Amino acid sequence: MRYIVLSLILFCIGLFGIITRRNAIAMLMSIELMLNAVNLNLVYFSVRGGDLTGQIFALFVIAVAAAEAAVGLAIIINVYRKFTHIDVERMTSLKW
Amino acid sequence: MSFFFLAGVLLFSAVMVVTLRDIFRCAIFLIIALLAMSGVYFYLGAPFVGVIQLLIYVGAIMVLVIFAIMLTSRISDKLKEVSNTLVIPAFVAAFVFLYFMLSSLFRTVLPSPTPAPIDAVAGIGTALMTKFALPFEVISLVLLAALIGAIVLVRKD
Repeated sequence: MRYIVLSLILFCIGLFGIITRRNAIAMLMSIELMLNAVNLNLVYFSVRGGDLTGQIFALFVIAVAAAEAAVGLAIIINVYRKFTHIDVERMTSLKW
Repeated sequence: MSFFFLAGVLLFSAVMVVTLRDIFRCAIFLIIALLAMSGVYFYLGAPFVGVIQLLIYVGAIMVLVIFAIMLTSRISDKLKEVSNTLVIPAFVAAFVFLYFMLSSLFRTVLPSPTPAPIDAVAGIGTALMTKFALPFEVISLVLLAALIGAIVLVRKD
């Protein structure tokens, strides 16, 4: 039970971070926190239920997080080259 | 006891990650949070996931993040306001979400735990090679595509 509570609090911290942050890398780090919270839930129920599928799913989530971080940071570096900042509130080129 | 120590370290550094001004310190606190999370996995009895967490998150993803911070923030920059004007709505939203999830959690009757398999690491290895062989191959393709995509994106042409 306490693991689920821990994972919930962690998820909410990540949610708070992704809403309030303006730096794109900081938003990405908040996403990592939320992904970790979800992983903890998966692993907890896997261990508790005696079924390894949850742990394998958590491994897949970690791999997808790695891919997401690589592509996301590449995009952020490109944005920095174009705008010379990574403040998401000032990236308004697509705003009509 | 050690669970509460790990959880305290984890939550404290997570709060630091979302509130600190200096993005580099945020990254350092995120590393601490991920280390504590790995400790939680070990404590929980899932050592394989804990090791993978150490290898991939702390070893690979955080190095990438710190590289990106080095490449994108000028050291001479004055520290600007890092949060937008949504701090109070975001806090309320996160708190309301937490409240509803906790209240539904405490009203849920969880089934009684079943004993875990003896050798979980061997079980994970076998399952990855038999039942989950196709997702395993697909995830390797996803990783390859992501790496090539990242290289193409940052290449100067």
